Amino acid sequence: MPSEVDFLNTFATEICSGLDEILFTDPRAIIMGLGVTDPKGVFGTTLGLYEKYGSKRVIETPTSENSVTGIGVGLAITGYRPIMVHQRLDFFLLAMDQLVNSAAKWHYMFGGQQSVPITIRLITGRGWGQGPTHSQNLHSWFAHIPGLKVVMPAFARDAKNLLKESVNDPNPVIFIEDRWCHMQNIEYSVDGKNKQATIGQGEVIVNGNDLTIVAAGFSTIQSFRAVKCIQNQGVSIELIDLKTIKPLDISIIIKSIQKTGKLLVVDSGPAISSFGSEIISQVSKLAFDCLKIAPKMIAAPDIPEPASYGVTGAFKFDSRDIAVKVLEILERDQFHFDLSGLVDVPHDVPHATFHGPF
Amino acid sequence: MNIGMRYFLEVYRLATRIRIVEEKIAEEYQKGEMRCPVHLSVGQELISAVVGINQKKIDTAVSSHRAHAHYLAKGGNLNKMIAEIYGKVTGCSKGRGGSMHLIDLGVGFLGSSAIVGNSIPIGVGAGFSHKLSDSDALSFIFVGDGAIEEGSFYESINFSAVQGLPVVFICENNFYSVYTGLNHRQPAERKIYKMVGAMGVSGIKIDTADMYMCLSQTKEVISEARKIKKPLFIEYETYRWLEHCGPNDDNSLGYRPDGELKFWQERDWMPKIESILLSEDVLTLDQIKSTKESILSEVNLAIKLAKEDAFPTLEESSVGVYAQ
Repeated sequence: MPSEVDFLNTFATEICSGLDEILFTDPRAIIMGLGVTDPKGVFGTTLGLYEKYGSKRVIETPTSENSVTGIGVGLAITGYRPIMVHQRLDFFLLAMDQLVNSAAKWHYMFGGQQSVPITIRLITGRGWGQGPTHSQNLHSWFAHIPGLKVVMPAFARDAKNLLKESVNDPNPVIFIEDRWCHMQNIEYSVDGKNKQATIGQGEVIVNGNDLTIVAAGFSTIQSFRAVKCIQNQGVSIELIDLKTIKPLDISIIIKSIQKTGKLLVVDSGPAISSFGSEIISQVSKLAFDCLKIAPKMIAAPDIPEPASYGVTGAFKFDSRDIAVKVLEILERDQFHFDLSGLVDVPHDVPHATFHGPF
Repeated sequence: MNIGMRYFLEVYRLATRIRIVEEKIAEEYQKGEMRCPVHLSVGQELISAVVGINQKKIDTAVSSHRAHAHYLAKGGNLNKMIAEIYGKVTGCSKGRGGSMHLIDLGVGFLGSSAIVGNSIPIGVGAGFSHKLSDSDALSFIFVGDGAIEEGSFYESINFSAVQGLPVVFICENNFYSVYTGLNHRQPAERKIYKMVGAMGVSGIKIDTADMYMCLSQTKEVISEARKIKKPLFIEYETYRWLEHCGPNDDNSLGYRPDGELKFWQERDWMPKIESILLSEDVLTLDQIKSTKESILSEVNLAIKLAKEDAFPTLEESSVGVYAQ
């Protein structure tokens, strides 16, 4: 059996341990990316793997995002299962040709003769002045492309199995990790739930009657904190963690709307042409009669993210904003609620121990 | 120069087959039934043929938008290629890819792709795969002079060099990217093969005017690649006789300098090889004629069959976006 990780079980170490298990059990699996053997091991997610599996399985790459992606496709169509990683999603934008024109197309375009089992881990950078080109939430772009799957885990408890499923999937999978999820302890999870996360299936992680919140990735964590806080004060919210934005589990959303009649979607990217808007569109088309009020959405502002500490606090929504929005939708007076536990100080770090700079 | 006439004959037959296929496509294209862009290799066939004869079945190859010749040279199925150009369900890509997306996995032709430079990293990945699996296969990557200007080319050369991959880059320098001449796109003093050499992959330029030289050097370089299992780069200067995309002569557009097309047509490989084969008593004039006739009837049959085949239905084309 693969060795146990001997440090705290966080989202990041779950990824690392998942990679370890994948490399151990599947000889076709290889890990490629800039930094996979470096002393910090891509935020701790690849630590120790090079030492254990060597240079034929854990492969450093040049700073060539586009071609390295294409090389991954070439490996995938000839029998390997590459797991690529990019420490910032934004750099991966250089690889759009290989992602869209090669990875997403190779199976369909050649009549189904080859598949492209490639997993591309993209880490989104939030906070600490990451600014316009280091903090973009572009998950909805990828969901727009036929042939791709887009996985966005929120909880550490789901990260490993979703990663394993991504690698086993015969299709290209974009696996998005918000770095604010990375430090999250596996213990931080939903009470009494033990369902194994699977691609294409959302999960109701909080049951409630008055409103349905749908989120994915770190937005789920933010929503979860907000829901826990106001739920304790007598508001009944249902929270769905999507885990995958493509394929989109619309049925679990509609089932919930049939009960609550109210929808709030929380999307970490800008609203226009987003997966959040897609959910509202589908719900409006498929379950309009169930809606008691117009669907609502919380999304990032439609401007590039500024770097300055002076404005980043106001730039993005936090758990408190979600709670306030929920209370507004439900026509409850927010001043009757104690939301003080939802404010992060300082606002721009993922964890109290984080001191920058990267 | 000691070079076997059997080798000459094989290259000749393959290059001739490619030319006749391409010319027949150009002729049929006028009827408006091949409803996809075609980028023909008329004038450039020798390179595919001489490389193709030196490829083994275990080798893999990828190519670009102008891929008919590379596909056929690797042994790709003619009928399926013609059917693909006609958009038929019997095509090599079930009518989903068209002329620019050809594949024949049975002979190691992994695919051709339409975006300039797009298939280069795919071929490098195949080469990496050959290395990781301790295979003796080489990965052939066909590019034009335009692809040299893409970032993916630089990245791929770099990756092949740093990982020491069994990849053979074949550059057909035909001096044009669509209508734009090389002089507008690359510095005049640049030699592509030398630039690649400076990047860490040995490059050689092989003269396509001298048949003996072209055939023998190509054989040597590919044998060397097989021996060392390291990347090599071959540049051939060549010339596209027809328009960038489509079946027609476009010399009247004026983007080619006066006399350039004529210069290259006068140094065409076909009469040169034929005269060698005739003077060496390998073939008679009658045999040359019958060789061409038999290829033509093969192409005619492929066209007839493709025309009779069905288009895919929308239902058929709507499945298989994801592998199961």
